[in-house]
Amino acid sequence: MRRLYLTLFNVMLLLISSHLFAANEPSLDGLTHQLTTAKLKQVPHIIEQLETQGGERMLPLFSAMLAGELYYRKDDSRLVHAKKMESGNFSLVDVITAETIGDVKKKTIKKVRVNNRLRTQLRSVISRLTLFSSDRDTREAAIKNMLNALNEGNIVLLSKAKADEEDQDLLVLIDTALSLNDLLNNAEIEVRLAALDDLSNSLEPIVKSSVEALLEKDDDGNFIESDVVLRNKAAVVAEKIEGKVGFYSFLEKLFFGLSLGSVLLLAATGLAITFGVMGVINMAHGELIMIGAYTTYVVQLLMPNAIEYSLLVAVPAAFLVAGFVGVLIERGVIRFLHGRPLETLLATFGISLILQQMVRSVFSPLNRQVETPQWMSGSLEFNAIFSITYNRLYILVFALLVFFALQLILKRTSLGLNVRAVSQNRNMAKAMGIRTEWVDAMTFGLGSGIAGIAGVALSQLTNVGPNLGQSYIIDSFMVVVFGGVGHLWGTLVAGFTLGITNKFLEPVTGAVLANIIVLVFIILFIQKRPRGLFPQKGRAAE
Amino acid sequence: MTVSAQSDANLAPQTLTQRFSALHELRDKAPLFLSLLFGVTLYASVCNLYVPEGSIFHVSTYTITLLGKYLSFALLALAVDVVWGYCGILSLGHGAFFALGGYAMGMYLMRQIGDRGVYANPDLPDFMVFLNWSEIPWFWQGFDQFWFAMVMVLLVPGLLAFVFGWLAFRSRVTGVYFSIMTQALTYALMLAFFRNEMGFGGNNGLTDFKDLLGFSLQADSTRVALLICTSVILGLAYVLSQWIMNSKLGRLIVGVRDAEPRARFLGYKTENYKVWLFVYSGMLAAIAGALYVPQVGIINPGEFSPLNSIEVVVWVAVGGRGTLYGAIVGALLINYAKTRFTAIFPEAWLFALGALFVAVTVFLPQGLMGLIKRSHVENNNVEKT
Repeated sequence: MRRLYLTLFNVMLLLISSHLFAANEPSLDGLTHQLTTAKLKQVPHIIEQLETQGGERMLPLFSAMLAGELYYRKDDSRLVHAKKMESGNFSLVDVITAETIGDVKKKTIKKVRVNNRLRTQLRSVISRLTLFSSDRDTREAAIKNMLNALNEGNIVLLSKAKADEEDQDLLVLIDTALSLNDLLNNAEIEVRLAALDDLSNSLEPIVKSSVEALLEKDDDGNFIESDVVLRNKAAVVAEKIEGKVGFYSFLEKLFFGLSLGSVLLLAATGLAITFGVMGVINMAHGELIMIGAYTTYVVQLLMPNAIEYSLLVAVPAAFLVAGFVGVLIERGVIRFLHGRPLETLLATFGISLILQQMVRSVFSPLNRQVETPQWMSGSLEFNAIFSITYNRLYILVFALLVFFALQLILKRTSLGLNVRAVSQNRNMAKAMGIRTEWVDAMTFGLGSGIAGIAGVALSQLTNVGPNLGQSYIIDSFMVVVFGGVGHLWGTLVAGFTLGITNKFLEPVTGAVLANIIVLVFIILFIQKRPRGLFPQKGRAAE
Repeated sequence: MTVSAQSDANLAPQTLTQRFSALHELRDKAPLFLSLLFGVTLYASVCNLYVPEGSIFHVSTYTITLLGKYLSFALLALAVDVVWGYCGILSLGHGAFFALGGYAMGMYLMRQIGDRGVYANPDLPDFMVFLNWSEIPWFWQGFDQFWFAMVMVLLVPGLLAFVFGWLAFRSRVTGVYFSIMTQALTYALMLAFFRNEMGFGGNNGLTDFKDLLGFSLQADSTRVALLICTSVILGLAYVLSQWIMNSKLGRLIVGVRDAEPRARFLGYKTENYKVWLFVYSGMLAAIAGALYVPQVGIINPGEFSPLNSIEVVVWVAVGGRGTLYGAIVGALLINYAKTRFTAIFPEAWLFALGALFVAVTVFLPQGLMGLIKRSHVENNNVEKT
């Protein structure tokens, strides 16, 4: 009952105030013009008036302003949404009429200044205006925004929105906001207790902090919240929320760990072939990954209008390019160093330097921008605190696919049979008529091609630059050595073990220290079990 | 069945006696090498201090510093050669010992700055004031004493080499595995030293040194003294290493390189010999680092980067491993080339270095000294027949 009165009162207040403003304030045109001349202090007031008078028509203006892209032309003070283009010029769109004006030099326009306070105001203005939008995601953003900035006006709007809303998830969100308002601002204890009940299922950060705030003490050691029943209930609810948050943060860490593990697995799979199966120490492996990443970049340059499909083209392209470079390395250098692993290590390191410098000379030493297709961006949201980004999810799946495809090649094809035969006993294989030289070249090409594929995946996660490969080479060797050389399953287990360990250590120790701890752990582990987690047994072991 | 045994067998078709006589003949040239080293040092020093600047014989202080830097690198290369050339242990992490020695020296030099730093704090180095630390951490205690710093230069890297070597050699981690582990070690140390919380200046490392034992580091005379010091220590290290390698211990080490299981079956505890050789080599590298820092004036975590350590191996490979002087010649030649190349075509240096790696390993497995040795042996054969 009381809520109803309050609502009515608020609506009236709103009506009266808007009437008052309309009566003695300048027109819309005058207001937008004021934006270009006003001092920062006066801007909040202008925005208020723009909201009441312009309503939804002003949305483009507000969002441009929030993004820091609201400019005005110096000659006629026309307000425009200006986007910087690659050429350095700006493309202009009128914010009121949505008319495209064209490109201009930076000199001819001037930015409308915004500060943090204004941004906060703009956000709440935008959410008020978009609460009844026809687009579901826009409405969701508006409700979330209001949830984090509850005030009487917002509650009135939210109650109104609740009546029209049909989406179940959004209704829950609105209820959360209304309950939170009850909990914080209602005077009746029953209402507040009921609100607490409703909130116990919510995972919104603001709910958690509000409930926890009920349990805090002031400076004198007295509870801020005087009601004991409410406090006790709040403690139970806080614990429940805390438990859920803990569970989801565990899931999140697990996913991040799996994701890092999949990256390590991808980077190490190719090495597991060249190092594990062939016994060649290829220090240029990281650079083959880099070549794969740059192939993605070039593919995107060649098909700028079909970025959506670029990755599908880039995967086979990177396999071929990196595989070809790999065969060149094998035929040109490595075969002369057969049976001399330390020399191979040095020679391939030299090759890695040459490849790096080559990329620097051809593509510039700066990082290149590889675009993410639409279907890989965004994230899969489970609830307010747990979501999975699509690119990491796809890369995890992709890494497993590559791994199993490789298993299939090694176990089920004649090339795989030859590779295994040569790696077990070269001379015997030769005697049986296997062209060992050809098998060597193909195996190395296969391992290098997989490194190239890894590069395509990595280009979606990290910067593509000449140093891309270097940062993965030590990690990849660690994964292969830790898993047990010559053992593909070992590589899989090692990749995920190291990835998950790293991510679970990170919150405790910080990222760098976690990295160091893992490295030291592997160094010690190798002393204990020099042949890794899964040592080879029988004839394969030398 | 070690790797180097195979490669030696592949590349040296001469008989054993021929190989030994060739080695001995070159060993006789040690005095020649030493006199060359000291001669150049003395010449450069005198020409820097006593020949007026206008004269064509004048050697600039820049050259003196550069020479000092090269000689410390040569000492580092010598350290790598001792373990790689004579014992077949390829360490890709000797830069770690070098940098640790450098940091110990750098800490002493930092404490010598006193209140002349930017923040003029008499007790704390600048970066600690910047991080709002109130007192000097425990591991910086004592570094205001020169003798203590010098002990630490030897002790810390020596201890690291001992622990790492003891763990690795006892569980018979050899060959490529050992190389990758050493690389991981130096990489881990690099990451650690980049952290500000470690208390070693983080990213920027230690720099802005003022003086050493009361002598200003900017003065020409100090620079010359440092060069002479480096040269003498390099000479001493060379003689000592030569002596070790000629002794029974040295023969045994070569035996371990060529056929470790056989040496073990003969009753030698090969891992002990390897550990001690590794510690000796680590300490040599640390001394090189300690000599390098006051001459260059900075030490930062970049010195730990795996690339640096691998570069050292290439110096040794180019010069010719297993000869000691080969390592020194290789270090001097490549560093001179690097200085030249990076000044003229900075782009081309990595190409040249990369090509050098490939060319030396494929065509010159015994390095430049191997080339000389081979022609030497051939000449002898011609004379005999």
